[in-house]
Amino acid sequence: MNSPLRLADAHPGPSFAVTFDGREIRALPGQTVAAALWAAGVTSWRTTRDQGRPRGVFCGIGVCFDCLVTVNDRPNQRACLLPVEPGDTIRSQAGTGHDG
Amino acid sequence: MADRPHLVVIGAGPAGLAAALTAARHGVRVTLVDAAAQAGGQFYRMPAAPLGTRRPRALHHKWRSWERLSGDLDRHLATGRVRHLADHHVWCVEREATEPGPAERKATGPGPVVRGERPRSPSRAGRSGVAGGPVGAFTVHALLGPRQERGVAIRADAVLLATGGYEKVLPFPGWTLPGVLSAGGAQAMLKGGLVLPGRRVVVAGTGPLLLPVATGLAAAGARVVALVESADPRALARAPGALAARPDKLAEGARYAARLLRHRVPFLVRHTVVEAHGGDRLDGVTVAALGPDGRVVPGGARRLDCDTLAVGHGLLPHTDLAGTLGCGLDGVAVRVDDEQRTDVPGVWAAGEATGVGGADLALAEGRIAGRSAAARLTGRAPEPRSRAAAACRARAALRAFAAGLDSVCAPPAGWAERVTDETVVCRCEEVTAGTVRAAVTDLGAGDLRTVKLLTRAGMGWCQGRMCEPAVAGLTGCPATTVRRPFARPVPLGVLAGREERDNGEDSAVRTDGRAASATAADTGTGTGTGTEADRCESSKDRRQADTDRQ
Ligand SMILES: Cc1cc2nc3c(=O)[nH]c(=O)nc-3n(C[C@H](O)[C@H](O)[C@H](O)COP(=O)(O)OP(=O)(O)OC[C@H]3O[C@@H](n4cnc5c(N)ncnc54)[C@H](O)[C@@H]3O)c2cc1C
Ligand code: FES
Repeated sequence: MNSPLRLADAHPGPSFAVTFDGREIRALPGQTVAAALWAAGVTSWRTTRDQGRPRGVFCGIGVCFDCLVTVNDRPNQRACLLPVEPGDTIRSQAGTGHDG
Repeated sequence: MADRPHLVVIGAGPAGLAAALTAARHGVRVTLVDAAAQAGGQFYRMPAAPLGTRRPRALHHKWRSWERLSGDLDRHLATGRVRHLADHHVWCVEREATEPGPAERKATGPGPVVRGERPRSPSRAGRSGVAGGPVGAFTVHALLGPRQERGVAIRADAVLLATGGYEKVLPFPGWTLPGVLSAGGAQAMLKGGLVLPGRRVVVAGTGPLLLPVATGLAAAGARVVALVESADPRALARAPGALAARPDKLAEGARYAARLLRHRVPFLVRHTVVEAHGGDRLDGVTVAALGPDGRVVPGGARRLDCDTLAVGHGLLPHTDLAGTLGCGLDGVAVRVDDEQRTDVPGVWAAGEATGVGGADLALAEGRIAGRSAAARLTGRAPEPRSRAAAACRARAALRAFAAGLDSVCAPPAGWAERVTDETVVCRCEEVTAGTVRAAVTDLGAGDLRTVKLLTRAGMGWCQGRMCEPAVAGLTGCPATTVRRPFARPVPLGVLAGREERDNGEDSAVRTDGRAASATAADTGTGTGTGTEADRCESSKDRRQADTDRQ
């Protein structure tokens, strides 16, 4: 079966480890946090402030703020814009991300 | 080079690239500022360099036009006529009354023009005047890198806005479930990050963007369960004038249709998604056939299993920066004249920001804008109409085609009726359609601003970018573009004036890449402190690394 990596004949640098909610996932250099989470099969990483509903990527280009996530203890990062880095600690975020 | 007038082009998509390259060729110094790490915008979005793609063209159509543009850009970068500041998010452009810049000193024409005054006509400005208005008078404020914590201020004699657009998605029950995303967003994640949102995808909504999205996802290995288009493309035949003007566009449509067939993607026209289903994640959608009145045909609904819904109802122009500058709007797009000048002197606009019409139109507008800006900044008269005529003809035909397409691809008449009262409309503030409707029926709101104040719809992080068209449609209030003070959320420190000055051409390119590079750090000019300079990396280096890898 085809994949985007195969289609574009990608030869990425070596993958590296990051954690998502304590679980180790592999990420490719150049990917955003959102792309790395998608590649690991994760499509939601935030719950909303009022109704606690799950959210992930919506606009994909930094406009909608649905993809907010906590990375290395900094809440409210837009996962669709932020490049993933080796060793990043990514945590799903509840509400404003400031409730610990 | 430093004595040349300085044009800052914001946005490095088709429009901004065409404008920057044209202006540079006509004698002005250009700084191309863009939020993304690489030039290209939405249409020519490239996979991130470290992904090392050897065949990025497989993700694109019109690859040759990209090769031409990026080749030209490389040449201009090498000569220093164009600077590219990647990873720079512009949050505000300020017009100042300052001492004259180089071009203004040269100009013997009209004196300073006040904000809001209409641009002078070419005949009045003549050869000597800078009709673009007082030059040397703009400051472009940008935040650096994905973290956007530090700011930089760039001086400009004139500004060209090529900020593109973003996708409009109208609400329906279930549209906030993870797995539902904008069609353009799916495309952006595929082209930029080389990932698929899921394995079984429905692409739905209306408009020409759905075609590249469906074929792109299918080529990359997703199973596209259906392409659901609410319009009837055959209705295009009712706009024969516009069609006849661009036969190439029809051929493009036919090529997409062939590709859909090859990937066995069922194409449901006059259908719409009425509901998305799932618990914590999408597991299916209900689609229904639409009658001629745009309403669902009774008994015509069925369920499609899928894990992803890529949905879009057209694009909206980015007008925030134009708004802060006081540029007038036509509807929801930046208003421009024949030369792509806004009605604020010294400010040009091109591409989707001035009205949505696709990449070819963006390129044509960019060229016209770049030529006009260069002529006016160097004190020359704009080119005689005959020479610019071809570009203007192309622009006129493409605009006519876009208008025809737009009338055919309008969202189906009954969409608002299908939004239940429980459906969340404002995704950020979780305001439901019921609350929005009550603002009108119970509280008497008559315009978008009042609805917003009464319900908080549009007050969240995205500042109404996602819910504005829906709120307008549900309430019957006219769709106006809300003026936002800033184009990006701004850290308080930056607002308080703690930003660096951009020192011009020798400071090269600065980004917030975490990798250290000597190039920009050595100049030591732009970024100020050593620690910050350590984090700099030139985008030229990145481009080089990219080419090395290929
Ligand atoms: C998500 C998305 C995906 C799309 N994919 C396709 C596709 O695959 N095929 C297709 O035919 N059409 C696509 N389109 C339509 C596309 O927008 C146009 O055809 C074309 O790219 C318009 O060119 P442009 O130069 O006007 O704008 P764009 O290409 O959108 O370029 C605008 C540029 O401005 C930059 N920018 C905007 N605001 C700021 C700011 N404040 N500070 C700094 N930089 C800023 C952006 O980073 C971007 O690079 C897509 C649109 C969207 C929204
Ligand atoms: S998905 Fe919209 S901001 Fe990231």
